[in-house]
Amino acid sequence: MAWFKRTDKGIKTSTEDKKDAPDGLWFKTPQGNIIHTRELKNNSYVCPDDDFHVKIGSKEYFEILFDNNKFTELDANMKSGDPLKFVDTKPYSSRVEASIKKSELNDAVRTAYGKMNGLDIVVACMDFGFIGGSMGSVVGEKIARAIDHSLKNKIPFLMISKSGGARMMEAGFSLMQMAKTSAKLALLDKAGIPYISLLTDPTTGGVTASYAMLGDFNIAEPEALIGFAGPRVIRETIGKDLPKGFQSSEFVLEHGFLDFIIDRRQLKNRLTTLLNLLNN
Amino acid sequence: MLLEFEKPIADLELKLQEMKDLAKGKNIDLSNEIQSLEEKIHALKKETFQNLTRWQRVQLSRHADRPYALDYIYEITNDFIELHGDRTVKDDKAMIGGLGDIDGRTVMFIGQQKGRNTKQRQERNFGMANPEGYRKALRLMKMAEKFGKPIVTLIDTPGAFPGLEAEERGQGEAIARNLKEMFMLKVPVICIIIGEGASGGALGIAIGDKVYMLENTWYSVISPESCSSILWRSWDYKEQAAEALKLTAIDMQKNGLIDGIIEEPLGGAHKDMKKMASTIKQTILEALKELDKIKPEKRIDQRIDKFCSMGVFEE
Repeated sequence: MAWFKRTDKGIKTSTEDKKDAPDGLWFKTPQGNIIHTRELKNNSYVCPDDDFHVKIGSKEYFEILFDNNKFTELDANMKSGDPLKFVDTKPYSSRVEASIKKSELNDAVRTAYGKMNGLDIVVACMDFGFIGGSMGSVVGEKIARAIDHSLKNKIPFLMISKSGGARMMEAGFSLMQMAKTSAKLALLDKAGIPYISLLTDPTTGGVTASYAMLGDFNIAEPEALIGFAGPRVIRETIGKDLPKGFQSSEFVLEHGFLDFIIDRRQLKNRLTTLLNLLNN
Repeated sequence: MLLEFEKPIADLELKLQEMKDLAKGKNIDLSNEIQSLEEKIHALKKETFQNLTRWQRVQLSRHADRPYALDYIYEITNDFIELHGDRTVKDDKAMIGGLGDIDGRTVMFIGQQKGRNTKQRQERNFGMANPEGYRKALRLMKMAEKFGKPIVTLIDTPGAFPGLEAEERGQGEAIARNLKEMFMLKVPVICIIIGEGASGGALGIAIGDKVYMLENTWYSVISPESCSSILWRSWDYKEQAAEALKLTAIDMQKNGLIDGIIEEPLGGAHKDMKKMASTIKQTILEALKELDKIKPEKRIDQRIDKFCSMGVFEE
């Protein structure tokens, strides 16, 4: 005789009462540390055990930087055109559409102004989730207009880069966004308004070769990949494996192209101190 | 070295030469035959070169016999003094520059330089400049500004060099700085794509009041081969990539991304270098005449406005 007897048959719990463990509640860092996502959020998306900086987007950076997450977004509805009617394995227009749906963003950069510890600041922040954070006409134009806002109101400009480089599907147009953003930064420079460029993981290609490297202050998050050519291309060119740490933030700092590396948890306060030092 | 579509023309030209030799050697009158063959050749040339695909133009831009920056500079100038070095690291031989005169007017020439044979190609690094090349270019541009001399850049590069040392010395920073600084130059700047105009490596010396492309050149954000490898995940789609990128002079002008196209001799720049050089010279002189009339501050504003209006988006 069985020592256990089921009296009621089947599972009686109604669907609403079933307990589900939601996806994405826990985050595992590359070193294997596991952290609750709520704790991660309270820690500026940095793992407290190994200081791993999780890749985040404009939503999270705005939340970290702007006081009480209050800001005014600029050109929020700007979307890509398809000037070349570009088709590779699929049409560019459907890539853009799919990306808008998936990421709930309109393109790879968001721009906004607001207060950071009471100081006025304009922030442009790239989103890697939108076609690899690639720079096309929208990215170029939104950054250009954000700089215009800085110029007009004499407010410091912060650019947060995170991009694989230029957007191939806009070919020549995409290339000229490097020129456009650099032109605006030349005007900002001439007007004596501070420009801080924060490079995050990854920042490569045409973005590195234009606005990301043009800051009065070039700063980076720890262990970010920063370079002009991608590691694969370089490996193929020189036919050798790349040294460990090549093109990391620490490597770029060592070679003289960054002012300092900043832990994301200190970002807001350090930027405030820097701007105050310029003001005093 | 002949490209596939040059071969039928070359075959006929060889036949024509044989016919001419025969007529001369045996003293026979073949003038009718010769004339008819000459007409046939001309017609074939016209047909071929008026219907080039985008990929064929890319091939022409890389033709082994195509003139390079220094070929044009020595042809255009009476005196030319090449200047070397970035004053920091070394002299980048993929980027050349110097002072020369066009009909008595001194101009600062800057350009990427390719090599003609294996040894030269290595020395010139296939026209792929390192950061010191871009910094050398900027040094010479600042010198031109100091002495009030206009700048002419000749662009011909498969890209900025993607090497280990290039990254260590800040390839991205070097190009970025040039873009920003070139906008503020007080002297006229004329940029001419004479061969390949690959991405940031080309743009790094291509911010100008006038940007021209020779007829059979390309200018885009990536080469058709690399585009094929990234988007199609194979090297076999370069022709399609060239079509999709719309990278020819005609495309770029249609999209408002360049100011003009400089016509090449029939058959391409390599068929008549002197004629090509003379057309380039005329273009430079005419552009200077126009740019001289504008005050420096206004020229800078116009330069900035032109590039800032580039882009297509919806709002």
